[in-house]
Amino acid sequence: MFAVLLEQTADGQRYIDWLVSGLGWTLALAFFGWWIAFAVGVVVGIGRTVQNRAVAALARLYVEIFRNIPVLVQMFLWYFVLPEILPVALGNAIKQIPPPWGSFFPALVCLGLYTAARIAEQVRAGIEALPKGQVEAASALGLSGYLTYRHVIVPQALRLIIPSLTSEVMGIYKNTSVALTIGLMELTAQARQISEATFQTFTAFGAATLVYLALALIAYQGMALIDRAVRIPGTGRGEDAIEPAATHAIQPIDSLPDAMEVVK
Amino acid sequence: MNSLDFSVVLQAWPYLWSGLLFSLALTAVAFVVGLVLGTCLALVQHFELPVLGRLVRGYVALMRSIPLILVLFWFFFLVPIVISHLGGGGRPVPIGATWTAFITFGLFEAAYYSEIIRVGLRAVNRGQFEACQALALSTFDTYRSVILPQVLRVASPIILSQTIILFQDTSLVYVLSLTDLLGAASKLAQLNGRLVEMYLVIAVVYLAISSAASQCVAFLRKRYAIAGMRR
Repeated sequence: MFAVLLEQTADGQRYIDWLVSGLGWTLALAFFGWWIAFAVGVVVGIGRTVQNRAVAALARLYVEIFRNIPVLVQMFLWYFVLPEILPVALGNAIKQIPPPWGSFFPALVCLGLYTAARIAEQVRAGIEALPKGQVEAASALGLSGYLTYRHVIVPQALRLIIPSLTSEVMGIYKNTSVALTIGLMELTAQARQISEATFQTFTAFGAATLVYLALALIAYQGMALIDRAVRIPGTGRGEDAIEPAATHAIQPIDSLPDAMEVVK
Repeated sequence: MNSLDFSVVLQAWPYLWSGLLFSLALTAVAFVVGLVLGTCLALVQHFELPVLGRLVRGYVALMRSIPLILVLFWFFFLVPIVISHLGGGGRPVPIGATWTAFITFGLFEAAYYSEIIRVGLRAVNRGQFEACQALALSTFDTYRSVILPQVLRVASPIILSQTIILFQDTSLVYVLSLTDLLGAASKLAQLNGRLVEMYLVIAVVYLAISSAASQCVAFLRKRYAIAGMRR
């Protein structure tokens, strides 16, 4: 069934090379986009919890804007609109970036900042889930606000939210496919191109689907590994798999596992 | 660049409005189909039916692992083939992008809603089941009158948040060249060259609708929490 992937294309490659190149762009976008998202997301998430009203409002505004505009529309804003509203010289310079990079950078910024808004909400939830005593103990020890966040709050919050970050990791690699709308030849775009060139739609989409499934599995297992390595003892959700016969209250929705906060 | 001129948007408004109505219709249909089908899928998994349960689990995992755009491409290709088979063979019936979008979103969202309901089912207190047994309710009545209403109520904030995400995701039908809100804007932008104004305005429309809906969800969540539940 997949034999067609080994056939020669018009440009002297094999179809499977197209897929591999698409996978490369997908991975590059997801990987670098993730670090942008994580860095911005942690800062904005912290911003939402600080006392300073102006900072908290700005952080909230960021989350509202980036979470409530569809990622495809954001993609168009970065790709089509941004060069037009910048000063002419700068806008033209952006438009002249050569082909793959001219789509790659807007897509990278778009996915990074979009995912950052979602991570920020997780970080905020993690910080708010910490017992008050942590902050009180830190101030009793004479730690400044900065040191409290740096050494007490953020490290614990990040360890708490790793299970829910899994769905953000899954989200960002799936959202890389949106970059095909601005002309980046990532995995889904390559699959479509192969299907159009060979009429073997089943094979082309099937191969791409298997690759995405493998990525999902790797992302899931990788995050589970990280979670097990850094989990705060006693806060594990591992017990969740066992039927909670002993728990008698209906669990609050917020504590439901990561399956709940779903991303596409 | 030329200065911004939003009067073109005003002229284009009827077309954009019809696009928005399509986006909303797609959201509504996908919500209803997805929720009903998703509840069925969740129950199949909940009852741990032998073969069906595994199939459903595989389906849900698959849908959650691949991008929605790829799913749209898949269905655009597969649905005509499946329909022709159901219709007693013959050649594939082209059903058009609109139907593809409705079918795809319904089936795709079912996977996400089923995950929400499945976890909700697991969270129901065991005593509820025991009480139903003590009252000699049939399995059907147990789920219909006691269990599912609680699950839906508990899970409703998440179901609604998911529906807001669904509304935003309907913009992806752009890849099928359909005329939803984004599709309408991009078609007009190609005609009149005013893509800056077009995209900025629809971004604001999406932002306004989604964030108003999120505020409503937050309000409902406070207002209709089941008494005595830790929130």
